[in-house]
Amino acid sequence: MHPAKSVIFFTTASGAGYGMMVWLAVLAALGLVPADMAFGLFAFGIGFTLIVGGLLSSTFHLGHPERAWRAFSQWRSSWLSREGVSSVVAFLPLGLFALSWVVMGENGGNAALLGLVGAAMSLLTVFTTSMIYAQLKTIPAWHNGWTVAGYLVLGPMNGAVIVLLLAQAFGYAEAASLLRMAALGLLVAALLVKLAYWARIHGGRVTSTAGSATGLGHLGKVTMSASPHDTDNYLLREMGFRVARKHAAKLRPIAIVAGFLLPFALIALTHSIVGGNAAVLALALAWLLCQVGLYVERWLFFAEAKHAVTLYYGEQAV
Amino acid sequence: MTCLPKNPTEKKLGLVIDLDICVGCHACAVNCKEWNTAGKSAPLTDYDPYGKKPDGVWFNRIHTYETDDGQGNGTTVHFPRSCLHCEDAPCVTVCPTGASYKRTEDGIVLVNEDICIGCKLCSWACPYGAREYDEAEGVMKKCTLCVDKIYNENLPETSRVPACVSTCPAGARSFGDLGDPDSEVSKLVAARGGVELMPEQGTKPVNRYLPPRPRKKGEEGKAPRMLNHSDDSADGAGLIARWVDKILS
Repeated sequence: MHPAKSVIFFTTASGAGYGMMVWLAVLAALGLVPADMAFGLFAFGIGFTLIVGGLLSSTFHLGHPERAWRAFSQWRSSWLSREGVSSVVAFLPLGLFALSWVVMGENGGNAALLGLVGAAMSLLTVFTTSMIYAQLKTIPAWHNGWTVAGYLVLGPMNGAVIVLLLAQAFGYAEAASLLRMAALGLLVAALLVKLAYWARIHGGRVTSTAGSATGLGHLGKVTMSASPHDTDNYLLREMGFRVARKHAAKLRPIAIVAGFLLPFALIALTHSIVGGNAAVLALALAWLLCQVGLYVERWLFFAEAKHAVTLYYGEQAV
Repeated sequence: MTCLPKNPTEKKLGLVIDLDICVGCHACAVNCKEWNTAGKSAPLTDYDPYGKKPDGVWFNRIHTYETDDGQGNGTTVHFPRSCLHCEDAPCVTVCPTGASYKRTEDGIVLVNEDICIGCKLCSWACPYGAREYDEAEGVMKKCTLCVDKIYNENLPETSRVPACVSTCPAGARSFGDLGDPDSEVSKLVAARGGVELMPEQGTKPVNRYLPPRPRKKGEEGKAPRMLNHSDDSADGAGLIARWVDKILS
């Protein structure tokens, strides 16, 4: 599948933003962070920028962005529509939570409750995003539970890394120590989920073949001897992306090291060895590396996924 | 609404394509383009049509495949590929706007281009590559089964079939109601063992493909009427040839 930059940015950014909301709600509910205006402005500012920026960028690849509102109508059948509805509904509790924290200076009690509702809506939205991909039988690499697990773990992981940095920078030791444990745990969980995902998609499992696509399988091996067209068409540009597979073996270790291992090491360092400004610097570096790693991971998620239509253009099995 | 019709539609209009007859001339694709670029989904945009990399929107694409059973037997098969108007069309249910729909009255899958947002998800959901995005119009386009031709009362009755069917010079394409077991197309499918493409994808396609009939085989599995060369005999050759043969053997 063609890895469109807008969709890669959308899924990573909005995942991180929703993940942040989950952890802000948890911190508020546990009373680990006071309703400090500066912290709130930073945290919600970054969180909402990631969410809104992501959602806006997802409309960039539309042929008719001005008709995007129509996408809220088909929630009964379409996961894309459900994602749209869920993301908009989530803004209500999240917005009230943020207002209460930043403007009213209140993040306990009802405010925390709103935060927790918002957190649940955030996770639901991330789930609907994952289902847009996991529902597609045409792309066996995506049509499995590891896709859903990946999105549900990576978003909160990314969010924990960012909120941890903020908590450390603002000197909320208790919050930072909880988030440190959460981030370390989620980094390990996410790495395991991605390893399982890669093991599955490279495990030689076959859904459809050139034989079943053409109905000629009983005659032996089917190869295309003449293409309908000399130049790439929409199908080949959108679904026949091949560049990445050549580099996938190199890019997977990059995603693993930058996205999970180095952030894990840096965050673990701030547990006892490094403190003060050095700890903030280490966590900032952890965030940066994590983000780079997740971009590579998301790029691979698209680029490595083979679509059934490629069977008509010379691919033997998907 | 992008929910599918609640019950399977009674009428299932579709195509039956005989892979034994198709000669790969692309006439069906050309006439499809010709009709539809002035029809319901007009235009079928071309990009850079006279340049180095011509490309554009087509509803019908003709591939050519070779098969090899590993024992020296091969076939060449021309293979027209277009929308199969599936019963469980995944391109319909994924649509977030309601632009993609399946008609209850005859099962034809269509796009309402006035409300399509061009998100392309339907093309991701289709295993057959039946949907093509029109870059110029920003909407998705697909085979309409010539819905503006098959019901058109301004045309003589014999012309009320999809453009690809009426133009096929070899008679490889048939059109009819595959929901009616007594229709000509259903009988043809039954007689020739017509197949669904990628049934494992669970789309329940309506269109059927008739596989090539088994090839007739002659002696020792070779093609029938193959010449038997007997290179060691000079019988019947001319004087000089016999003379050369004698010297050299």
